[in-house]
Amino acid sequence: MEGMDPRAFVLGCSAIGAGLAMIAGIGPGIGQGFAAGKGAEAVGRQPEARGTITSTMLLGCAVAESTGIYGLVVAMILLFANPLVGKIQG
Amino acid sequence: MGLHLLEVRSLVGHLIGWDTNPAEGLDANARIIEKLHIGSAEVWITETVVNTWIFMAVLIILAAILRVKMKNYKNKPSGLQNVVELAIEYMDSFVKGSMTEKYAYFGNWFFGVFVLILVSNLSGLLGFRPPTADLCTTVAITLTTFFLIHFMGIKKGKGGYFKGYLEPLPLLLPINIISELATPISLSFRLFGNILGGMIIMAMVYMALGSLPGIAKIFNIGVPSVLHVYFDVFAGCIQTVIFVMLSMTFIKDKIPD
Repeated sequence: MEGMDPRAFVLGCSAIGAGLAMIAGIGPGIGQGFAAGKGAEAVGRQPEARGTITSTMLLGCAVAESTGIYGLVVAMILLFANPLVGKIQG
Repeated sequence: MGLHLLEVRSLVGHLIGWDTNPAEGLDANARIIEKLHIGSAEVWITETVVNTWIFMAVLIILAAILRVKMKNYKNKPSGLQNVVELAIEYMDSFVKGSMTEKYAYFGNWFFGVFVLILVSNLSGLLGFRPPTADLCTTVAITLTTFFLIHFMGIKKGKGGYFKGYLEPLPLLLPINIISELATPISLSFRLFGNILGGMIIMAMVYMALGSLPGIAKIFNIGVPSVLHVYFDVFAGCIQTVIFVMLSMTFIKDKIPD
């Protein structure tokens, strides 16, 4: 660690952390795909209830999306408002 | 100590005592246009605030014009009256579907919220920085929803509102309170994250397209517009509908049928 700029080290690690935070995108992807698939199935079975099914599906997708958005916000904070650089001594 | 709450960076930076931006080149923060000193507090007038004022002015003028024009409405609608009736009827059926016929009067409030968020989300197409890509705007709108949820819960639900916190077990009271506090956070972060994410991706695409050499510049034609349709028009409209729909669902949960 001698001779290494601590700021550069923290910034590099933050970039890796931002990338890792976006792994959270897997969950909503699977969840929304599942919801959309079930929605399509339901429309196929009952085409007359299309409106209700679509709005219910959108609501479920939106709730499933929150975890992914939290990951995105963490990544954004690490990239654009990094709180860790301020902790470096000296 | 200033009032540094007008943008995310300053909010986070203020909490931890650090206030500079490490990422140069791509700046996701709203530009500060003017710093006002009111007493001992410092209020920042950011791009977000100015853009919101512009949209508010446009919407207010539009509403006033429509009000004057609709004064001599006809039983047989035509032209402008058709458009207005279409919008109102769509919103009415939307509210009635989510909140039952009895609470259809919420449509008055949610139509305003809907139009403001929609205009904000679509403003990226005109080169504005969308006000909803700033946590302050979304938190402000969400706080009104939060207030409505609990105000209507106490007003309409009476004792049932407080009893709801002790269900299914009185032991779960802290968890119920945390889940109530999580509602505005998830609501505001969803809108903010979606719009900011789209905005940053578009900024990166424009940066990449700007640095293309020679003949590859042909990609500058058409590529940004396709992405704008997805990130601004599609995501913007869907997120507006979702925000309003979730707000109505949360309020409906707290009031009896």
